[in-house]
Amino acid sequence: MFDGILTITIFLPAIVALLTTLLVRGDKSDQYIRWISIGATVVTFILTAMVFFGYDRDASGIQMVDYFERWIPIDALRSSYVVGVDGLSAPLVLLTGILGMAAAFASWRIQHRVREYFLWLLLLQSAVLGVFTSLDLLLFFIFFEFELIPMYMLIAIWGSGRPRYSAMKFVLFTLAGGAFMLVAILALFVTPEVNTLAMVSIPELGIVGIPEIIANADLVIPAALIFTFFFIAFAVKLPTFPVHSWLPDAHTDAPTAVSVMLAGVLLKMAGYGLLRINVGFFQETQGFTIHDVAGAMAVVAAISVVYGGIITIRQTDMKRLIAYSSVSHMGFVMLGVAAIGSSPADTSAGGLNGAALQMFTHGTITGLAFLMVGLSYDRTHTRHIPHLGGLWKKMPLIAIFFLIAGFGSLGLPALSGFVAEIMVFLGTFSVWPWATGVAAFGVVLAAGYTLWMVQRVFFGERPANPGLADDVYDGLTDASWVDMIPVIALAAPIFIVGIWPSVVTDVFDLGIQAVLR
Amino acid sequence: MTGQDFWALSPEISLAAVALLVITVDLMTRNIGRVVAVAFIGLSLPLLFTLNLWYGWFGDPATGAALFDTFEADRFSLFFKFLMITVTAGTLLASNHYVTSDKVKAYGGEFVSLLLLSVTGMMLLVSATELITIYVSLELTALPVVALAAIHRTRRSVEAGTKFFLLSAISSAVLLYGFVYIFGFTGSTHLDVIMQRLAELPSEAGVPFGSYAVLAAVVMIVAGFGFKMAVVPWQMWVPDVYQGAPTPVAAFLSVASKGAAFAVVLRIMYTAFGDSALMQDWSGLFAILAAVSMTAGNLLALSQTSITRLLGYSTIAQAGYILVGVASVPANQVGASFAGSGPQGAMYYLAGYAFTNLAVFFAITAITSRTGDDSIEGLNGLLKRSPLLAGLLIFGILSLLGMPPTVGFMAKVVVFGAALNANLAWLAVLGVVNTVVAAYYYLRVVRAIVFEDPADDSKISADVPAITATGLAAIGAGVFGIAPFLLLEFAESALSIV
Repeated sequence: MFDGILTITIFLPAIVALLTTLLVRGDKSDQYIRWISIGATVVTFILTAMVFFGYDRDASGIQMVDYFERWIPIDALRSSYVVGVDGLSAPLVLLTGILGMAAAFASWRIQHRVREYFLWLLLLQSAVLGVFTSLDLLLFFIFFEFELIPMYMLIAIWGSGRPRYSAMKFVLFTLAGGAFMLVAILALFVTPEVNTLAMVSIPELGIVGIPEIIANADLVIPAALIFTFFFIAFAVKLPTFPVHSWLPDAHTDAPTAVSVMLAGVLLKMAGYGLLRINVGFFQETQGFTIHDVAGAMAVVAAISVVYGGIITIRQTDMKRLIAYSSVSHMGFVMLGVAAIGSSPADTSAGGLNGAALQMFTHGTITGLAFLMVGLSYDRTHTRHIPHLGGLWKKMPLIAIFFLIAGFGSLGLPALSGFVAEIMVFLGTFSVWPWATGVAAFGVVLAAGYTLWMVQRVFFGERPANPGLADDVYDGLTDASWVDMIPVIALAAPIFIVGIWPSVVTDVFDLGIQAVLR
Repeated sequence: MTGQDFWALSPEISLAAVALLVITVDLMTRNIGRVVAVAFIGLSLPLLFTLNLWYGWFGDPATGAALFDTFEADRFSLFFKFLMITVTAGTLLASNHYVTSDKVKAYGGEFVSLLLLSVTGMMLLVSATELITIYVSLELTALPVVALAAIHRTRRSVEAGTKFFLLSAISSAVLLYGFVYIFGFTGSTHLDVIMQRLAELPSEAGVPFGSYAVLAAVVMIVAGFGFKMAVVPWQMWVPDVYQGAPTPVAAFLSVASKGAAFAVVLRIMYTAFGDSALMQDWSGLFAILAAVSMTAGNLLALSQTSITRLLGYSTIAQAGYILVGVASVPANQVGASFAGSGPQGAMYYLAGYAFTNLAVFFAITAITSRTGDDSIEGLNGLLKRSPLLAGLLIFGILSLLGMPPTVGFMAKVVVFGAALNANLAWLAVLGVVNTVVAAYYYLRVVRAIVFEDPADDSKISADVPAITATGLAAIGAGVFGIAPFLLLEFAESALSIV
């Protein structure tokens, strides 16, 4: 079975990037490369939209499968090339399409080593699309690790501050997590009964996935250990307290578009992994199930939410502030996953749905926030909050959309952040009331740090000294139409999902029901 | 010789003829570029004959032994012959600039013909099924390389040649001694007969290989080939020769010579010692060698400052990874059979490694021949000085390191998977740990290329043939990584006939 659309979607950015890097020559090549790369991300966005809206909600299950069994034709290594989408991955594929396009537009003003920049940016998008669509553990691992190379280059070469330090920190944290995941995959692989690397079952193709087999398997190392190894890999990437310390550095030093990609989709690979692997594989394993540790996960999540929130308040760098708020918000994803411990199936499904939706909304909201910080920084050349103030008068558009991102982030009703968080709370409260109660405090903190920052940066008076010099302040301009394209692309989903959440949650729910078995 | 023999030997005969033709052309014209062109076009002859043997375009000559059962043009050997011809074509392209340079211009024709003669020896070697033939082919492989290594006639180059010659002679002697033991014990030099006799002989319980004499013979044979495969503890010559010899020769040595040695080791082990009782014994021996080679190679590479020495140690570590595939005899193997993920993985690794290593060596050749600096600092800021070469070099190094989605990653997955399947989990784990260690020194090179500031900003532009060769090798390393089935199915059908 080879539907083709997913394979094309995954590899289109990479192929276009490689070809333009090699073939486009001449004096105006930088300009051509910009246009071609942006064009590639637009086409990719259209393809991902086709994947999302083409997903047949009545049929559900795994769709648009590209299956090539003899990819590695060795009997001993039962791995095949199989990509497909289900309800869980289809919205995330769309999210990657939106953010990839936004990031490419936001990179319009990159001047330094343009050729390489767009190569890495597009390769990054391919890698992330591959992670969300791979249904074979080896393939999943390849894409998960491959994303490191572009990310390292993008931060180290085009970053600011201490780029190489931050890039290396990011790589080392993720690589260490990846090593744990590799051990977990190997442990599953050497278990005789498991006999496959398929992450899901696809009855039409006769593929029986690990979730169905693992219940009766006598795993070579205890299931608890395999679960922990996967969990560590994803907890680092999510990131959750106490392995979050790479994130603020990476975010602060990365260029704007890369921060958008990092917050918007790269962190979601971890949430996706938690749902697909940790929840999907470990519900019926012998001797240990995810239900045993759901409580601990809820506690970790609550700590992440509150700790992240408290740290966020005292940040003075706008970008660092949003980076720490990501730690807090991604804690809600973990909290939603912890609802798996709940006894009535529909309640826990609600929590998991909330976690999935939180990934989608956080991708757009935080992506937008980083974009607005980038636009503001391009003009003021500082992100230091005490030095800023009164920007509202000079750049109203930037301020308005910053405010929208802020309101989304603090969970204002009618914006998408509210829906996701309320679903998480409703799903989790009946199971872990204390942890949920503590985590709810995170929303209050979010209101605090968001509004306070917006108030200090955009309203009030310009600080006298030190602050922006008169000539800088007078010369400030608002966003241009090129700047507004990615802004609109990210702001639209915030409103759409906030007002009409079922456009995404209906699809997520199909995936969650399948994962929950 | 019968017509059948000529058919079976046609690739080797035609290649030797091309080598002689090259010398003749060299006498008539002093234009080295023309000589290289003759050799390059001439390579299509052995390629055509090899293709004919594989597909049987004219009848089905590929089956059956030739030359009194000493030579077999089976698909296993043809797989390696394809590889050798590809490698030689690449080496010729990449050394085009080198042989026309003033350093070796006077011996350009000799350079090319020696190269081709050495390849002839390798192609004979992978087909040989009898101990004496193996030995003679091995010498034919080694002697031209001695001359090639010393062709600069500088002190360092002559030292490299002498070192290679002396160690090669010693290893041949050890190998021959092992062969003599086997002959004395079984009364035959034919691999298949040896296997039958070994099975019939009484064996002592608790002794590896059933008797100490066979154990000693196997150890000596492995030691003899260990030199060619460049595995620890027979690796001392590698860094010196790689640094002293011309870089194209080092590239050739690190790929073709190694490949031929691995091929003949696979054949001897799976044919002469292919009894399932013996398999477990030599599997353990190779597992230890693999572990030592990977670890020592990577640890020694950590502190290198010269890029060619670093690559020398890296090839030792890579040989260790290939040995993992050789050692991975499926635990439930019944009877003698080549098939199985171990040898298949080793062949896949070898071919993938060939493309990867050639890309790296060719890029290094193109750069060092222009900068004259073979330290790692010499590569500083290469990305600014020569973006294309730098990109290809980085890609090759990432493949050596085993980054997805290159062939280096996939090959490691396959051989480590084979090791797991053969109950050698410890070896697989050690392999993964080694990969992480290796990341340190490989990434050091990448960092120099991408991030450091160049000593001088002048552009480096390489000649078109060299860029082509490097690019093709890198494309191979990419394509066979994304689509591993291309090579794996090739290897599978190569193994299915044996």
